[in-house]
Amino acid sequence: MIDTLRLTAEQAAGLLESGELSGDELAGTYVEAIGERDPELHAYLHVVGEPGNGVPIALKDNITTRGVPTTAGSRILEGYVPVFDSTVATRVKEAGLPLIGKTNLDEFAMGSSTENSAYGPSRNPWDPERVPGGSSGGTAAAVAGGLAPWGLGSDTGGSIKQPASLCGLVGLRPTYGTVSRYGIVAFASSLDQVGPITKTVRDCARLYATIAGRDACDSTTVELPEAVAVPDAEDLKGIRIGIPKELNEAEGIEPGVSAAVAKAIELAESLGAEVGECRLPRSVDYGLACYYLVAPAEASSNLARYDGVRYGFRAAGDGDLTALYSRTRWEGFGPEPRRRILIGTYALSAGYYDAFYGQAQKVRTVIAQEHAAAFEDYDLLLSPTSPTVAFKVGDKAENPLAMYLSDLLTIPSNMAGLPGLSIPCGLSEGLPVGLQILGPQFSENLMFRAGHALEQAIAFDFVPERLRA
Amino acid sequence: MPEWEPVIGLEIHVQLKTRTKMFCGCENVSGESENTRTCPVCLAHPGTLPVPNKQAIEWTVKLGVALGCEIASRALFHRKNYFYPDLPKGYQISQYDIPLCAGGKFVVPGPDGDRKIGIVRAHLEEDAAKTIHVGGSGGRIAGAEYSLVDFNRGGTPLVEIVSEPDVHSADEARRFLQLLRQTVVELGISDAEMEKGSLRCDANVSVREAGETDFRTKTELKNMNSFKFVADGIEAEIRRQVEIYEAGGEVVQETLHFDPGSGTIAPLRSKEEAHDYRYFPEPDLVPVEPSVEMIAAAMDDIGELPAARIRRLETEVGFDLAEGLVSSGRDRLYERVSGDRRAVANVVMNQLAATGVDPEAVNGTELAKLIAERERIPRAAFTEALERSGDPGFSADDYLGETAISDASELDPVIDKVLAENQAQVETFRAGKEGVLGFLVGQVMKETGGKADARVVNERLREKISS
Amino acid sequence: MAITREDVLHVARLARLEIPEGEVDRMRDELGAILEAVGKVAELDLSDVEPTSHPLAVVNEWREDQPRPSLSPEDALANAPDPVEGAFRVPAVGS
Repeated sequence: MIDTLRLTAEQAAGLLESGELSGDELAGTYVEAIGERDPELHAYLHVVGEPGNGVPIALKDNITTRGVPTTAGSRILEGYVPVFDSTVATRVKEAGLPLIGKTNLDEFAMGSSTENSAYGPSRNPWDPERVPGGSSGGTAAAVAGGLAPWGLGSDTGGSIKQPASLCGLVGLRPTYGTVSRYGIVAFASSLDQVGPITKTVRDCARLYATIAGRDACDSTTVELPEAVAVPDAEDLKGIRIGIPKELNEAEGIEPGVSAAVAKAIELAESLGAEVGECRLPRSVDYGLACYYLVAPAEASSNLARYDGVRYGFRAAGDGDLTALYSRTRWEGFGPEPRRRILIGTYALSAGYYDAFYGQAQKVRTVIAQEHAAAFEDYDLLLSPTSPTVAFKVGDKAENPLAMYLSDLLTIPSNMAGLPGLSIPCGLSEGLPVGLQILGPQFSENLMFRAGHALEQAIAFDFVPERLRA
Repeated sequence: MPEWEPVIGLEIHVQLKTRTKMFCGCENVSGESENTRTCPVCLAHPGTLPVPNKQAIEWTVKLGVALGCEIASRALFHRKNYFYPDLPKGYQISQYDIPLCAGGKFVVPGPDGDRKIGIVRAHLEEDAAKTIHVGGSGGRIAGAEYSLVDFNRGGTPLVEIVSEPDVHSADEARRFLQLLRQTVVELGISDAEMEKGSLRCDANVSVREAGETDFRTKTELKNMNSFKFVADGIEAEIRRQVEIYEAGGEVVQETLHFDPGSGTIAPLRSKEEAHDYRYFPEPDLVPVEPSVEMIAAAMDDIGELPAARIRRLETEVGFDLAEGLVSSGRDRLYERVSGDRRAVANVVMNQLAATGVDPEAVNGTELAKLIAERERIPRAAFTEALERSGDPGFSADDYLGETAISDASELDPVIDKVLAENQAQVETFRAGKEGVLGFLVGQVMKETGGKADARVVNERLREKISS
Repeated sequence: MAITREDVLHVARLARLEIPEGEVDRMRDELGAILEAVGKVAELDLSDVEPTSHPLAVVNEWREDQPRPSLSPEDALANAPDPVEGAFRVPAVGS
């Protein structure tokens, strides 16, 4: 009997290789687990249960899959069945990983809890009264809940790192440009990046190796400067680790979160890392404001294609074209995309561009410069991933600004195009706390090495306490 | 009455004839059935991304060099946001503040010297799809019941060329446009056919009193699909504005449509009432930095430009023929044919052009022989020879055996008959309108089955009418 | 950042979102609060700073001019809400 809650992707691959288990049996086990626990967790929007010989995978439902509905959690894409595959889906297929299903998300990846999904929220396997984080909350809930050995999410402002943190998992937001965005339902093009959500750092490295690399269909991708290395070192000797004061002392960080992160930092030192303090003052002070201008501005343009002409939802009723557009878009989008489209349109409109969007682009330069300066002295930076542990469903749903603060610590490095890895580093009030590891561009291998060493030392049990056998 | 000076700027769109579209691999062809040259990218399916066509970038650089533009060391694509069914993404990928080419000068030779028309910019963008309006009258937007969208054309590479308001008459606008068209065709980057829409022209028109330095309100005249309509439309708009000012009125800034049938101008319904395109740098594309090599290759690839050729040929055949030859692309044949320059130019521009024979197919040596003997042989033989001059293996000798009737005694009876039957024309000639002589020559030719020697007929007609 | 009802309606019109009359005021309040928060970027004097529109220092990404197969007409129209004779039908443009 396989315990899908505990089985890592690496172990699953081992079982398949040794012939102890067939691919179909493995996929079947996950479909069974979904039948059992997904009614409570609502991690999936479409269950496919594809047969195959590889380790099955869950894909966030903003990753285009040919012949399988792709809704991005929005009513405006209800019934849309793509006629093409995203590059990421193609690479996953070529690696022989069968698709278990498409996972829930905040509509168009806009949110930090999956409560903005048009199809209802997902639940945190550690406590179903709580959110799994977002926007890749469905993938995180699926992996933490034993409904998938691993999965892919997408991260714009923290949508991989934060749900990984809230669900006790490993999540990588890769360096911008290393993973193709072709076929990823666009939210904010200069920020969106697909990445793995897994139980271990080694799984994370393996999945990243599968999807990363230049894609001729995405002009903003590059070849990796070096091959992905699956980590095995257990020390941090020779690694200089900076602790950005502002990321670690920001208002709103829960004491339990701070304590768990502080312990992890001590562990890092004991593993041989050189630890020191550094500063990212303007990045943290202005990062959130910058993000909530840049991302909505790009979103307002990216979401203009949903007009009810070529695919997706079209509103009923008579009237001319403008009326049809305006009704289709109002009815098809939920509250959060509507808000962001309006904010973004405003920020780009005549008379406001310079003060809002133009200024935000300059803040972005400042943020990149601050990070570059920090990486002159340090190889990696550490901080909490999320200021809080998983919060209750409904707690922040009515207050967009409070929800936006969930990404306070993940946003600054995202604005600079930098990679970030979240690994679990302990519990606070019985809920997982995530440690954010940041590095310069293309430093994934170093982050994997450090993440793996810390993971071994921390020895976090990723199976939710209430589900442990 | 004050003297009015028209101030005209042109915006010209040129469809590039690349094999594929600007941002996807769909074939760039016209005339196929609806939506058979589309893909997820040009239908703007969720998550799809543009990848620029290198050829289109190289050709834009080449055009920029030919227009005397500065080529940007780092150019950006921007998104121009507006909603319309022919624009699947809800934005057009275009260029905004850093176009590939800017600040050029295009020389338009005229009868009274060169005119230099400033080129503000030439930038690369994608074309919109085709919308067919069904119901209502004549496929126009007004009164249509619904529209059908065909995305085959959507995403075709398009270069937009914007001129400075340096054009000062409708005729100059036509001349500029014709020469620009010829340049584009010779660069091999576009068919540039106005009737097919691969070359489109909008004009910004205003007028001011001679001596004024400020510009007055301009109007935008849209989509005139032939050289003649461009000239007629601008002419009509200049008249309309002058009439408004002379009646004490004010010109309103608006977009107008010229109806060539009635010669009238009417306001065009605008796409978006308040134009706020919210341009911002296209985050799905990286900057374009044309290399020194790319620009050098473009320069090497450009031959002697039409304007220079007009000036060169002008010394041989006069301005009108030189301009005609060059703007029709017939000067290449002209240069291959030896003999009296004016005679060659006239035949190439007039009689040969009338036959529709492709000038590129004509053997220059044979045509030279034919032209040298054109007055000796019957006109019918000459015309027939021209008609055959593009055939493979064409030999002028086949037509040089016959001799035109030059014997006055043989021609006189025919000439007398024609004069007797056309007294009115004879009187017209006597009144000083000598142009009518051509008609009378034609009548004699008709009577002789084209075999009369035109020079002798001319002489005899003059003698007889004057006597 | 004071945003007026008219601002909201103008932006909604640009974005083709038909806000029901009863929700305009609530939307104004929500947007006003967000704009006030993001308006914080104006505090910094960045007149000498170059804008970053892209985190990647890459240029000249393009493809050769080689055709690739297009979709079949069936696939092209597979998701269309109102396909007619191989084309996408939309209501008249109107005023």
